[in-house]
Amino acid sequence: MSTEPFLVLSALLFTIGALGVLVRRNAIVVFMCVELMLNAGNLALVTFARQHGNLDGQVTAFFVMVVAAAEVVVGLAIIMTIFRTRRSASVDDASLLKY
Amino acid sequence: MIAFWILSPIMVAAAVGMVLVRKAVHSALLLAVVMVSLAVLYAVLEAPFLFAVQIIVYTGAVLMLFLFVLMLIGVDSSDSLVETIKGQRLLGFTVALLLGIVLVLGAAQAVVGAAAGLTAANLEGNVPGLAALLFSKYVIAFEATGALLITATIAAMVLAHRERLTPKQTQKDLAVRRLRDYAESGKHPGPLPSPGVFARHNANDTPALLPDGSVSELSVSRVLKAHGTVRRMPQIERTPGLAEDGSETAPTTGNDATTPGEGKP
Repeated sequence: MSTEPFLVLSALLFTIGALGVLVRRNAIVVFMCVELMLNAGNLALVTFARQHGNLDGQVTAFFVMVVAAAEVVVGLAIIMTIFRTRRSASVDDASLLKY
Repeated sequence: MIAFWILSPIMVAAAVGMVLVRKAVHSALLLAVVMVSLAVLYAVLEAPFLFAVQIIVYTGAVLMLFLFVLMLIGVDSSDSLVETIKGQRLLGFTVALLLGIVLVLGAAQAVVGAAAGLTAANLEGNVPGLAALLFSKYVIAFEATGALLITATIAAMVLAHRERLTPKQTQKDLAVRRLRDYAESGKHPGPLPSPGVFARHNANDTPALLPDGSVSELSVSRVLKAHGTVRRMPQIERTPGLAEDGSETAPTTGNDATTPGEGKP
């Protein structure tokens, strides 16, 4: 079983996630696209673990999952705080640091 | 490999759909499709532990959290289609296309030769193998992960906490304010009229009728009005077989006619 298709799929998913981060403006959807990119990275790690025949890649993927879970918790709390003060979840509205 | 060729088109389609659909809830559900399919691919790639973790942590916890926050923020918080930065969408697509070409070309050349396979590494089972690595070679990182999780938990609690800036309003304050409003602007101090025609169906979308047959605007929720699902007058017709005296058309209106501040027909 060749591992190349898995890597190509991972690259595709990462690209789609990056596209979502670039074009969407709802903060939660942007966040979901970041999750998709993390998952694509995980798929590549697990694929490489299989390609090289050791479990280090799987351990790293496990760590990525833990960090992603922590990131989601803090990120969603920040989005909720912003929504509470501005009544909007759009990334365009949080531009106070720009000026 | 069959699982891969079945799942990969589904995953790519779901991911593209996630970027393109307007409603955030639909995005979350499509992301769930991608994540469950990814879990199956982990099983194909001889990673049963990650298969379970992917389903429990991502589909179980992370996506539920996303949906929870979506419900708090408002399900209908969909994107507007107006571009705020000129040419952003075109540039975004271009950059993503270039990135995709680079990544796919790189990924296609990243591996040489046949896969080694994990039969040797998984000889004592996948989970004991992972545990042996996790508690020896990666034990410092593992400890740091624990610290990270507790920090994230406390951070979320601090961020979600809200200080009360104004004193809490008591029943007495509310009553005083209602009567003051009544004295100043004539706003009705009592409760709003309830929606009408309970016998037909779930009547939240049916406005109550005033004694003169006109619709009481106050009796249906503002949200339903915004969705455009409030039933119009011709739809609220008399059911054959009920009393002919018209009393069933407005069974709940009561003394609505006296409600001040309501639009006159």
